[in-house]
Amino acid sequence: MLSRIAESLYWIGRYIERAEGTARILDVHVHGMLADPWIDQEIACRSLLTVMGVAAADQHVSTVRVVGLLGLDQSSPSSVVGALAAARENARGARETISSEMWECLNATWLGLPAARLRIEQQGMHAFFGWVRERCSLMAGLTEATMSHDDGWLFLMLGRSLERADMTARLLSTHADAGGSIQSWLTLLRSCGAWETFLRTYRGALDDRHAAEFLLLDRLFPRSVFAALSAAESCLADLEHAGTPGQASRAGVATEAQRIIGRARTDLEFRGLDDLLASLSTVLSNVESACSQVNAAVSGRYFRATTAIAWAPRAFV
Amino acid sequence: MADLFEEYRLGPGWDEMFSELGVPRPSYEALYATLQSLSSADLAVRSEVLARAFLDQGITFALKGVERPFPLDIVPRLITALEWAKVQAGVSQRIRTLEMFLADVYGPAHVLNDGVVPRRVVVTSAHFHREAAGVNPPNGVRIHVAGVDLIRDEAGEFRVLEDNVRIPSGVSYVIENRRAIGHVLPEVLAATRIQPVESYPAQLLHALRAAAPAGVTDPTVVVLTPGVHNSAYFEHTLLAREMGVELVEGRDLFCSGNEVWMRTTAGETRVDVIYRRIDDEFLDPVHFRADSVIGVAGLLNAARAGHVTISNAVGNGVADDKLLYTYVPALIRYYLNEEPILPNVPAYRLDDGPEVLEYAFERMDSLVFKPVDGSGGSGIVIGSRTGQEELEALRARITADPRGWIAQHEVALSMVPTLIGNRLRGRHVDLRPFAVNDGERVWVLPGGLTRVALPEGELVVNSSQGGGSKDTWVLAPAHDEPSGPDDRVAGRTLPQPRQPDPGPGAAAGAVQQQQQQQQAGLSC
Repeated sequence: MLSRIAESLYWIGRYIERAEGTARILDVHVHGMLADPWIDQEIACRSLLTVMGVAAADQHVSTVRVVGLLGLDQSSPSSVVGALAAARENARGARETISSEMWECLNATWLGLPAARLRIEQQGMHAFFGWVRERCSLMAGLTEATMSHDDGWLFLMLGRSLERADMTARLLSTHADAGGSIQSWLTLLRSCGAWETFLRTYRGALDDRHAAEFLLLDRLFPRSVFAALSAAESCLADLEHAGTPGQASRAGVATEAQRIIGRARTDLEFRGLDDLLASLSTVLSNVESACSQVNAAVSGRYFRATTAIAWAPRAFV
Repeated sequence: MADLFEEYRLGPGWDEMFSELGVPRPSYEALYATLQSLSSADLAVRSEVLARAFLDQGITFALKGVERPFPLDIVPRLITALEWAKVQAGVSQRIRTLEMFLADVYGPAHVLNDGVVPRRVVVTSAHFHREAAGVNPPNGVRIHVAGVDLIRDEAGEFRVLEDNVRIPSGVSYVIENRRAIGHVLPEVLAATRIQPVESYPAQLLHALRAAAPAGVTDPTVVVLTPGVHNSAYFEHTLLAREMGVELVEGRDLFCSGNEVWMRTTAGETRVDVIYRRIDDEFLDPVHFRADSVIGVAGLLNAARAGHVTISNAVGNGVADDKLLYTYVPALIRYYLNEEPILPNVPAYRLDDGPEVLEYAFERMDSLVFKPVDGSGGSGIVIGSRTGQEELEALRARITADPRGWIAQHEVALSMVPTLIGNRLRGRHVDLRPFAVNDGERVWVLPGGLTRVALPEGELVVNSSQGGGSKDTWVLAPAHDEPSGPDDRVAGRTLPQPRQPDPGPGAAAGAVQQQQQQQQAGLSC
């Protein structure tokens, strides 16, 4: 398939996941601010901005400002609204490859954004975030059901898994930075939509070890760092095999991206929990940088340089 | 726009928001100010969203087999930290007393021998189960969960209306109401510091685990429900989900060798603690109703053998019998040697002799008559609102069975503004705080279920009588800072933000050229 199309698909996956993840985080954050009378708003907001990679200006940061920056800022592709618009923009360039239902879903979402603002004013933020989650889930469902699971699909899944691993690692690092309290684990698990399944898994015992283990290492919960990395890794492997059927390489793996992600995954998989917890910040920043490196390696290998070559008229002497 | 409060009247009874017309009490000032800035149209939209959200989430109450949403009024009810401290102490005192009473009547029965409570009151109670004698709960707790119904009288003082120590329901609405109000009225919630209620399931689970049979280190806890057709089924699912335990029906369990097991895909799993939401009569067909299909045969024997804990314990109903209610102040003095912190509503025991009966019959129109074993507000007769003929019929029924009834003074319940149509109107409310006993202390959930009677002047607030509910806010004490190892340290340095990976951006030049190309194409 065309590199340009592959790149678009990869980024559709990433942006949709980013929009959904950010919407979840903001929803829980806003609600947490309200529900906990003892929380220090300023610090909580600042730490959220930092972890999401938005430079906090020196001025006062309030919940409203956080929602503005991470939720509604159209100019930034890391905000919910910006990511949805960017996903739609990528889909526009790959309209003939994705199913028309997927395109329609993305386009309708994009067209619905102005109405969503109104929704915030009338019905509150929760309604808006709920709507975003719904649209993203719809997109995921359509991707699953209306697209053949070929290379293009693999790129989309790769983007989604990579973004997921990155997002959960970021969230975990808010916690690591905060020093870790039970309350913040609760918020964290809720942000990942993991609260109920966590409770079932550990039979209601909420403590540091279990929560960290769940979000970092759980094999079955799709938003854990480990599960997301594994999913991305298998996408990469499939991409290589799909190119040359039946010729898996005899030694090691074929691409740089696979090497990086494999190392990151094994680092989590084959180290004891105590060891990981003792150096949680380092572990997480390693995961985050691995995600960036994989991004670069994938771009380098599959998307090639597509920068336009500028021909300049020049007089020969 | 103050049109929300247009034509608001102070009704009979204590108005919780206003000390006089248009003058809110200090605790309500912030809420009043926020409400005033909203137009009635704004509030109506949000109220609509609220109702919709409840319906979507399936937060319902089944009434006579029909699932209905349990209407949540948008205006919350506030309780100050000081008022709450008293409620908390009073509820805890009552539960401790009733625990001791239950241990006593199903054990040595000192309280009966000492004549504090006549033996006949206990043995004639419909919920006194001799089967429960000799079942000793592992950590001594019989009332793991209690709901004590409180009202505020005309002077604003909290009084106990009745105790519920069998299977009190409604706590799920406390949790969901807070969640929902936070979503639709964030500005009001942000302006007030309120004690959170979301820790209830964790507290309950802690208490249930603490009640596990001796020697079980990692107990398996289950919630036992009658099934999807039960009126409180929603609550059962919520508690099971938030505690992360299995929600089982009677047919999922069986007893073998005096132990209780549940059928799973991985074979049988032993169950150690059962938080049951099934009435005593249906719990165990071996001992109680033989026709029960929702119970588990042999459960009570397993509990007696000490292999499973039933929560709340079987036979608790004797402690919330409405006739026994009149003895609770005496019980508090007898067991704890303390004065009751929360007073009862003055009540008459109609089986105390013909003179009491005569006295009550003379003033039937100022009294409220209640069947002693009723729940959910059914069977209550309010004298002042009942026709002469019905009162005559009631008189005959009471004369035939004086043990079956008590009479209470009619109390004008306190009122809180409630959205009716598109205006706020005063409506009567009560309060059910929930207490969880883990054997070491009685923890009272800061909040509780405020039920509101929606028809004007109506005094019966029960959900089974078509009442609604309100979110109940217990204000956080002003000086109270979080204790323990707090991590929200000010001034710690934050790491540098790492930008998310940027996507491919179409270069500005390319966009321009694509457009030019198109225009050129058009022109030829």
